[in-house]
Amino acid sequence: MENQKTDSGRRNFLKQSLIAGGGLLIGFNLGGTKLAAQGIISNAAAEAAVEFNSFLSIAGNGLVTIYSPNPEIGQNIKTSFPMIVADELDVDWTKVNILQAPLDNSKFQRQVTGGSGAIPHSWKRLREAGATARQMLMEAAAQRWKVPVSELSTADSMVIHKAGNRSIGYGELAEAAAKLPQPANVKLKDPKDFKLIGKAVKNVDNKDIITGKPLYGIDFYREGMLIAMVQHPPAFGMKIKSVDSTAAKSMPGITDVFVFKNNVAIAGKSTWQIMKARKALKVTYEQEQEPESSSDHDRLFRELLDSKDATVRRKDGDVETAFKRAARVITKEYQCPFLPHSPLEPMNFFAHVRPDGVELVGPTQTPDRARSVAAEITGIAPEKITVEMTRMGGAFGRRLMADFVEEAVEISKQLKAPVKLIWSREDDMTGGYYRPAVRYRFEAALDASGNMTAYKLRGAGMNAGNPTREHNFPSGSVENLLIDSVEHKSPVSTAPWRAPITNFLAFAEQAFIDEVAQAAGKDPVQFRLELMDKAKKSPVGKIGYDIDRMKKVSEMVAEKSGWGKKKGVYQGFSVYYSHLSYVAQVAEVVLDAGKPVVKKIYAVADCGQVVNLSGARQQVIGGIVDGLGHAMYGNLTFKEGAPEQKNFHQYRLIRLREIPEIEVHFVDNGMDPTGLGEPALPPTGAAVANAIFKATGKRIYNQPLTEQDAMKGAS
Amino acid sequence: MALYKLNINGKSYEADLEPDTPLLWVLRDHLGLTGTKYGCGIAQCGACTVHLKDQAVRSCVFPVAGIGNSPVTTIEGLSENGDHPVQQAWDEVDVAQCGYCQAGQIMTAAALLRRNPNPSAEEIDAGMTGNICRCGTYHRIREAVTLAATKLK
Repeated sequence: MENQKTDSGRRNFLKQSLIAGGGLLIGFNLGGTKLAAQGIISNAAAEAAVEFNSFLSIAGNGLVTIYSPNPEIGQNIKTSFPMIVADELDVDWTKVNILQAPLDNSKFQRQVTGGSGAIPHSWKRLREAGATARQMLMEAAAQRWKVPVSELSTADSMVIHKAGNRSIGYGELAEAAAKLPQPANVKLKDPKDFKLIGKAVKNVDNKDIITGKPLYGIDFYREGMLIAMVQHPPAFGMKIKSVDSTAAKSMPGITDVFVFKNNVAIAGKSTWQIMKARKALKVTYEQEQEPESSSDHDRLFRELLDSKDATVRRKDGDVETAFKRAARVITKEYQCPFLPHSPLEPMNFFAHVRPDGVELVGPTQTPDRARSVAAEITGIAPEKITVEMTRMGGAFGRRLMADFVEEAVEISKQLKAPVKLIWSREDDMTGGYYRPAVRYRFEAALDASGNMTAYKLRGAGMNAGNPTREHNFPSGSVENLLIDSVEHKSPVSTAPWRAPITNFLAFAEQAFIDEVAQAAGKDPVQFRLELMDKAKKSPVGKIGYDIDRMKKVSEMVAEKSGWGKKKGVYQGFSVYYSHLSYVAQVAEVVLDAGKPVVKKIYAVADCGQVVNLSGARQQVIGGIVDGLGHAMYGNLTFKEGAPEQKNFHQYRLIRLREIPEIEVHFVDNGMDPTGLGEPALPPTGAAVANAIFKATGKRIYNQPLTEQDAMKGAS
Repeated sequence: MALYKLNINGKSYEADLEPDTPLLWVLRDHLGLTGTKYGCGIAQCGACTVHLKDQAVRSCVFPVAGIGNSPVTTIEGLSENGDHPVQQAWDEVDVAQCGYCQAGQIMTAAALLRRNPNPSAEEIDAGMTGNICRCGTYHRIREAVTLAATKLK
């Protein structure tokens, strides 16, 4: 056993672990990844390589380095982006080194994780990056062998000349090939020739994850850095009146306490010492804005829904006349609570503000925004600010914001030192941005034969902008339709939360349509399919979704789940279009001692071409678990502007024991890939609520589901 | 402050610490062993799970003063080459999404299998339900624990 003093610093320890590891540890700088099969690849090899374009370089030894420019939050982009490049390049996947690229606007576009948009945006660019390099390698081989390029083919990082019975590795060609002019309009692979795309490829960071390597922002360490935490106001609408930091400052390990922008920063040498010193801080606050409680929100929503002053989002036909003539009118309202994002890695960021530049390292979905806020705070030019993205311990939209980056920069600027900011779980749950509560009112008019002749939707949102998706289903299928919205400006800060707006709008719409189908005396799936047929044959106004694709997933999930044919289980259906993809689900509920229990969820997703089957299945299953968990349990309430739930003992996340079986199918239609990080989440809540209705005879209008009467079973 | 001698992953360390310092922060801030994660700080999520002797404990609420001579194993020390059967299963099943909770999941699973090498589906559920995965990788966690159990045979 070795003996060492830890007080002498962590650096010694790190040195030792490098040696113990038996090789060169990949620098944290670019978040290097080694593929499990081949041990350790040094960054030196990557540096010696020749660059073909922003996405890839090839070294003389044949090692291909692929840069993944978009932030990784668990959507598996660091695996799927390089897969696309590698497939077109025709490279041996086990000889690929993958690096997370830092923010670089000169090389990459849209270095953002959000909106399920990375793959749709980059699909063609990534394919072209790989195909262009492959073309150049073939041309270099053609010149070398003095044969026409048309006689050459490639496979597994080799250019092959079949007629000459010879082959040559990419590494040997790299230097000459990179000097050739970049060919325009390269031919992309026929999808039937894909070797990686569409297959299940393991997460490239697996080895590092399962051995506990420092991949995350919260793990970042820099010699001489301080750790900092921030005391935010305990409630929205409060501002600091006075701060007495005498006791906190005198606590062991504390180096600085200071006030900035309505917050108190506290810095020191270790997280625990800072957590303890925070308790000794004496801060008094005063009311700046009227504080809001959840009961105020309930009242405000009712007022908003009756407001005369709504923004019209879409209007078709003559809604008023149609409702007057209706044989039957159904009116229902739906409401959800605020939700925190709760990524398991709390907010954190490293900042080092120097006179000549700023270094930023950490978890962000929007590195460009991180740079902008740092430039604004420091007055330092953006080109002197570097941003490295660490793997993120989840984000769900929370890290689209840059409040935590601002705090790290403010503190580093003030202390003139490298600083790693860390939030506690309580800071994360109480001090941040939320999925806002929203309330919807739906009205449907049916004629005597059960046809939907008119449809109205009003959304009452909080800081949400437009809380509707006015061109989404069932728009286009109803002659008389009115969609409008009203908004309340709340002091509670809100932000996009996985599948913004649609994460609850889908629940409300699909639960309502189900109830309308019931009133019309029709099968819920059949009722929706008939509306889609109507939209196809005689479309009304703009239709923002592809009717055929929506119909296909609906029919396919009905078939896979044996819709309407099962005994002893109660089925509920839901279908939704978001982020360019289509997902239909059937939830199956049984009654256990009279209470509804979700046993299984079938999902059919149309996201066009699946890139990585393993990651894609994760996104669908994870999206369903997330959608189910938050619909069931998620509930953040406010009292006098303060969140009442502060940690996981008061705020319930779904756990392993609570998950149903999930069966996933993908539609194989050969179309270019569309989003998948979000689209599986929106349909889940309604599929479950519609199944619970079948089981109990009780409709559900509000979330969390566990607090609704239907969960007690049939009365 | 007091001087503590700790046995972690087969190495011995000395550190000058306040007695109430949770093991989690000793590992992360003082020893640079950041594989053990902070998630909640109140023993609710399991991200900080390590082994004390052979028991899985929540290091975020375990004070350094309570460790005594008991050896501590963290994710970094679970196996020499990252090839503990549970780690292998996690890789083969491709469990991780964001990956942040997985060190804690793996440590919980390894302790569970040591205690009960042949767990039933119900026992796996009961043993793993204390660990939160915010990404929802629960199905694969279940599958990986089952696979790891077969590897241990």
